[in-house]
Amino acid sequence: MTRHYSALSVLKEGLTGQKGWTPAWRHATPQRDYDAIVIGGGGHGLATAYYLAKSYGLKRVALVEKGWLGGGNTGRNTTVIRSNYFYPESAALFDMSLKLYEGLSRELNYNLMFSQRGMMVLAHSEGEMEIAARSTNAMRLNGVDAELLTRAEVQKRAPILNFSAEARFPIWGAVNQPRAGTARHDAVAWAYARAANALGVDICETCEVTGFVREAGRVVGVETTKGEVRAARIGMAVAGQSSHLMTMLGSALPLRTYTLQAFVSEPVKPIMDTVAFSPKTGTYFSQSDKGEMVFGGALDRVPGFTQRGNPPMMEAVIAGLLEMAPSLSHLRMLRHWAGAVDVTPDSSPIIGPVGDVMISCGWGTGGFKAIPAGGALLAHLLAKDEHHPVSRPFDISRFATGALIDEGAASGIAH
Amino acid sequence: MQSFPCPFCGPRPEPEFLFVTEMGKTRPEPAAEVSAPVWAAYLHDVKNIKGEVAEVWQHLPCGQLYLMRRDTTTMAVLGVQSFRKGGAA
Repeated sequence: MTRHYSALSVLKEGLTGQKGWTPAWRHATPQRDYDAIVIGGGGHGLATAYYLAKSYGLKRVALVEKGWLGGGNTGRNTTVIRSNYFYPESAALFDMSLKLYEGLSRELNYNLMFSQRGMMVLAHSEGEMEIAARSTNAMRLNGVDAELLTRAEVQKRAPILNFSAEARFPIWGAVNQPRAGTARHDAVAWAYARAANALGVDICETCEVTGFVREAGRVVGVETTKGEVRAARIGMAVAGQSSHLMTMLGSALPLRTYTLQAFVSEPVKPIMDTVAFSPKTGTYFSQSDKGEMVFGGALDRVPGFTQRGNPPMMEAVIAGLLEMAPSLSHLRMLRHWAGAVDVTPDSSPIIGPVGDVMISCGWGTGGFKAIPAGGALLAHLLAKDEHHPVSRPFDISRFATGALIDEGAASGIAH
Repeated sequence: MQSFPCPFCGPRPEPEFLFVTEMGKTRPEPAAEVSAPVWAAYLHDVKNIKGEVAEVWQHLPCGQLYLMRRDTTTMAVLGVQSFRKGGAA
């Protein structure tokens, strides 16, 4: 039986007919009673289950997922990982995540194809260069790596960008975060599932939560399509479905579910080895290891849960891409998909208790990069029943106190 | 592209329309007695229903606000209604 992944095990299995590989995780049917239940088998839920077992030693943890692992937004994003945020609270949260990503392939013994290829946020005018300098300084003060690039430096890094004299949005420079990059999104879900399962977590797919069990006014478990499951601690990381589940508990959330689309082109030879984002077009893109151009943009304008996008936003994103890199007009589109993302009024996540349930939601368009920190923080809340210093500012109480963390306004784009 | 019906202009393309808010919120009064959590809930909490919803939309070219019923799981429009008494259906 081969459980550890290494060059040696690939060689050994190659020589012995690939017969020793074991499934990465075991499909479990939930038992009646656990120490903790995690609702949602995306990256955040799987990471939560993993850290509950690994960092807090919980032996009996169940993860329930209505569909298949990583089938929601974890499998529907553009794989970008970054921590180029303006406010100290956000920088602490997303840089915690980036730091965890930096050691994650080794920790989970799974090649996440994490590639720190840098990300540039372009500036298109003299005024935007001043704001870019401010962003760079804010990031550095927050302890995040950042550098202000000139037009010539941007051109050296990404010559396929639009440096024509007729460009609608001429490139003056960029804010670059060298440690930003991309990772294989499915692998993040699979790696956490495999590692959590190895620590004894029961991973229950096609097990949908249909209600909550209450006793003496307290939530003590969940009703699922595979029976009732009880636990003293219940965590929830279900993105666009958060309002739907919390309605069952009579709680409304400051969340609206929107569609976010993403796209890949046919694969071509390497022409872009970094990530570029233009706040003017709203489009960002990178090139996958296979050679596809991977790109996305802003949210659809119509709220909904459909997981498929509308043509007007598709047109806007593609038009933005062709403005940024006109030579890509020759490419054919390969695939297009959409996810149901949960957007808060201040474009920052909600982490913490709501009633008897610990929730992590509101990650909106940026949940993938936050998976390791989101999981670690939700696990901390479940295990300790109190906030971690990094998660405290993101408690839902900020909407009543007014201490919003308005990253949407700070970055000047529609999240 | 999806068409949305405007009660005043008929079916028009989606980019001409703006989602405004959910129907059914009532402003808590009197203001002096409204606590911060109640005011925050009024400002920020939404039902965000998965299924049939009643919402306020605006048709930007004519500027009119109106009620639209939709299904957020299929994107089907179930009906529109003017807010004007005796106005367009």
